[in-house]
Amino acid sequence: MARCRAGDEDAWRELVSRFSRYVFAICSQAFRLRTEDAEEVFQEVFARTYQHLEKLRDDDAIRAWIGQLTRRLCIDHLRSSSREEIVDPDALPGGVDDAMETLDEAFAVHEAMGELTENCREILDRFFARDESYQTIGAALEIPSGTIASRISRCLARLKEIFEGRNPPSHASS
Amino acid sequence: MTAYDEHRLAELIKALPPAPQAWVEAAQELPLARGRLDEIVARAEADLAFRDALIANLEEALRLEGYEPDAILLDELRRRLES
Repeated sequence: MARCRAGDEDAWRELVSRFSRYVFAICSQAFRLRTEDAEEVFQEVFARTYQHLEKLRDDDAIRAWIGQLTRRLCIDHLRSSSREEIVDPDALPGGVDDAMETLDEAFAVHEAMGELTENCREILDRFFARDESYQTIGAALEIPSGTIASRISRCLARLKEIFEGRNPPSHASS
Repeated sequence: MTAYDEHRLAELIKALPPAPQAWVEAAQELPLARGRLDEIVARAEADLAFRDALIANLEEALRLEGYEPDAILLDELRRRLES
């Protein structure tokens, strides 16, 4: 954050990269915006984040700040749209709060993935988040596709250790 | 604490698929866009003919001056020129 505030463009690129999935998921999963609406909100979130960098002194709070901003902009977007089908976001099946809670947990897991080896991170991300086949992953990472399943299992076990280390029972995150 | 077994972790990884690459790149270029924006606004303030051309046909005036009139630049310029 300090590098972003100092005008470091690479730091800004990292920040966008770090939060892009989270913002995208709030728009598309929690609020189920149409693609064009989701893109508009997505860009607005980062434009406002960029404008408010000076005010975001608490680096630890940025995830919550971006989450709330995205949520607010999605609600504004739904309310200002002429669509009749979804006027009240809280009326969405499953509720926005439940979806937000899951996405917050998912963000924490993705942050923990940063402590995995690059190979493990790539395999888990490609298989689960990008929905790639063993064959595609094997070809991309130049590893035998027959070993992917066991690698996924090992990487998940390692991720579990890392995640539990970051979220011990006595300091469980919400 | 919620039990985070491997199955749950897998579900949570799946919950955050990548955002479209073009969206991410557009957001990453914001500082660059902001720089272009400041430059255009400064020119418009110093050069009334340029300002009039922008107000008359924003997209065309930008193209003539060698700027790529993308949506973010156009929206932000309209807002700044109106204020």
